[in-house]
Amino acid sequence: MGSDDVVLLADEAIALGAVHAGLGAAYGYPGTPSTEILEYLIALYEKGRGPRAAWCANEKTAYEEALGASFAGKRALVTMKHVGLNVAADPFVNSALVAIKGGLVLAIADDPGMHSSQDEQDSRFYAQFAGVPCLEPTSQQEAYEMTREAFDLSERFQLPVMVRITTRLAHSRSGVKPREPRAENPLGKCADKAAWTLLPANGRRRYDRLCKIQGELEAWSAASAWNPVAAGAGAADFVVVTGGLGRNYYEENLGDLEARLGKGKLPARLHVGAYPLPEAKIRELAAGTKRILVIEEGSPFIERAIRGVLPSGVAVSGKLDGALPRIGELNPDNVRQAMGLPPRPAAPLAPPPLPGRPPQLCQGCPHADSYQAVAKALEGLPSTLVTADIGCYALGALPPFSVPEALVCMGASISMAVGAAEAGYENVVGFIGDSTFLHSGMTGLVDAVSREVAVTIVILDNSIVAMTGGQKTMLPSARIEEIVRGIGVEPAHVAVIDPSPSQAARNAELFRREIAHRGVSVVIARRECLEAIKAKKKSAARETAAKGACK
Amino acid sequence: MTCDIILAGVGGQGVLSIAAIIAGAALDEGLQVRQSEVHGMAQRGGAVSAHLRISDRHIACDLVPSGGADMILSMEPVESLRYLSFLKPGGVIVTAAEPFVNIPDYPDLAPLIKAIESQPRSRVVAAAELAKKAGSARAVNMVMVGAASSFIPVASASMEARIAKLFAAKEASLVEVNLKAFASGRAFAADGRAFAAEA
Repeated sequence: MGSDDVVLLADEAIALGAVHAGLGAAYGYPGTPSTEILEYLIALYEKGRGPRAAWCANEKTAYEEALGASFAGKRALVTMKHVGLNVAADPFVNSALVAIKGGLVLAIADDPGMHSSQDEQDSRFYAQFAGVPCLEPTSQQEAYEMTREAFDLSERFQLPVMVRITTRLAHSRSGVKPREPRAENPLGKCADKAAWTLLPANGRRRYDRLCKIQGELEAWSAASAWNPVAAGAGAADFVVVTGGLGRNYYEENLGDLEARLGKGKLPARLHVGAYPLPEAKIRELAAGTKRILVIEEGSPFIERAIRGVLPSGVAVSGKLDGALPRIGELNPDNVRQAMGLPPRPAAPLAPPPLPGRPPQLCQGCPHADSYQAVAKALEGLPSTLVTADIGCYALGALPPFSVPEALVCMGASISMAVGAAEAGYENVVGFIGDSTFLHSGMTGLVDAVSREVAVTIVILDNSIVAMTGGQKTMLPSARIEEIVRGIGVEPAHVAVIDPSPSQAARNAELFRREIAHRGVSVVIARRECLEAIKAKKKSAARETAAKGACK
Repeated sequence: MTCDIILAGVGGQGVLSIAAIIAGAALDEGLQVRQSEVHGMAQRGGAVSAHLRISDRHIACDLVPSGGADMILSMEPVESLRYLSFLKPGGVIVTAAEPFVNIPDYPDLAPLIKAIESQPRSRVVAAAELAKKAGSARAVNMVMVGAASSFIPVASASMEARIAKLFAAKEASLVEVNLKAFASGRAFAADGRAFAAEA
């Protein structure tokens, strides 16, 4: 470590790389493991040391705001977790058709192993689908460098560029050597209006351009230093392709592989850090070999592609033939096994049987009171159905609450409740958080009101985005009632309750009444998150201490 | 030289603040560090672990392999045993003695402690008591850093410097308390008692 190094999470290294690339604006929606990218930039912005950086209502608005900044000539970063890109897919895919002016970089964090997500979709498919380049770092330093390069690439090819990371890198700290920062772009919108106005006639022209530029992208990727080939030597009867963190786990075990195969006698290897795939390099690598082992973090993206690239007769080994697990994360152990190495000797210890310790709602969490009250209200009722949404309160699906029966994606609680009620269920309740309601719950409520569907929607208002570390909700709590009434829920069926143990009986009674109502009811359960209260106390104490020091 | 540590605990116990002190001290000595953390849903009262890798050479990956950890450093007993498969032959377990009970099926404490102490190399630290004696019940984490310190190839002075820096930024009076906590943890773990393997 040199003295100029800074210790950063890879998330933060992306943020710093963006700032040093001359960032003009950054937008995003919080989601583990991507959250710390924008947190870093917002902290800089609030200290007056960085460009505009802000959380947005959802990933789609975030992406579009970044796209607007790019149209205006500024370099823009947009951040989200993998499933967030499903929400932003419309602007993402179509932004590949416009003539990007200021560099536009999407920094996206995938969550293989589902540490904090409902699926482990691999964002590389999105990059391929949209026809845009993707860079994938394997270290904090690469996260910094690749983000800088991504902005240059974006302006060079006039395309958005994806930087993809995964959980273990996003949330790992190490030293980063920063380089001389670049200045911000001047303000100046793209002069080519037709390239940004995607009417069908323009869209056809732009799509043709997108298809034609793919060859240039492939040439760039083939020459990119992010796709290095290490020549092989000796008797290894296979060659290796690594992608993402697969590289690191492979290298972790390389010493033992060398000990086994003989000094200097390692298999040839291509590491893929830049997409589109360098197909010619793969063909060269595979020439004369019998087997190609693919070690990549995420879906078998490279592996499937290689099956199409190579002549038959070369066995492609990886997640599809069982050499590596098809789901979950790579780690030093499963990669070691795929390399044909025996397990490391471990301490011969025998732990006694241990109880599991799954995550749970905090002691005294207001969501617990809301779940208990609704459970009480539903007791003995026929034809009940409960949906919930993404956030801390998803933990209410686990014992001791076990109230929600369905939980799929951001905003779905309300719309699924509507569908289930129209299908014939009579006593239907949907739970959604305040932030999730603003993200994508409002539109479902519009549907419910427009058809007067008998559902009871519980908005769990803890006045904060708790799960991702306590970001501020986009709008103040009081505004939520106005929105609900504004959408057209009858005022008599909009209630605000205090989800506290002392109010338990009253709340259950109110829920019972609203569930019986044959139209839309919205109950806002409002009590501040305990973590938020703690954080407030801490920052107040810090302020007092700072004032004391100045006296 | 490499030193791989699994830090274990329950979300909210401050596992990351321990990692930050040790990692910072190692960096100050010019060593390479990679520190993998857990954020998000798992932090809500669930079992959490962090991987801390220190080396004088390039570190290939963020995760400690199975059978690769020189130490398991845990904030409470059950969690100290959850990651045993990571421990290297000859590796050491250092855990706080006080259980964190937020599950209905937490096992009986006495057999649990016995199971830990019967591992070849382990130290069960009366961290809460030592922290209180040092002047603050909240200094438990620094007691544990101290208890771990004699098994980590980083000078205790470097760790003390990091502790002083961290707490000076919060409140000056906390520096002394936390340094005392560190010293008491260190003295407790390094008192020359034999490990089970040596007894």
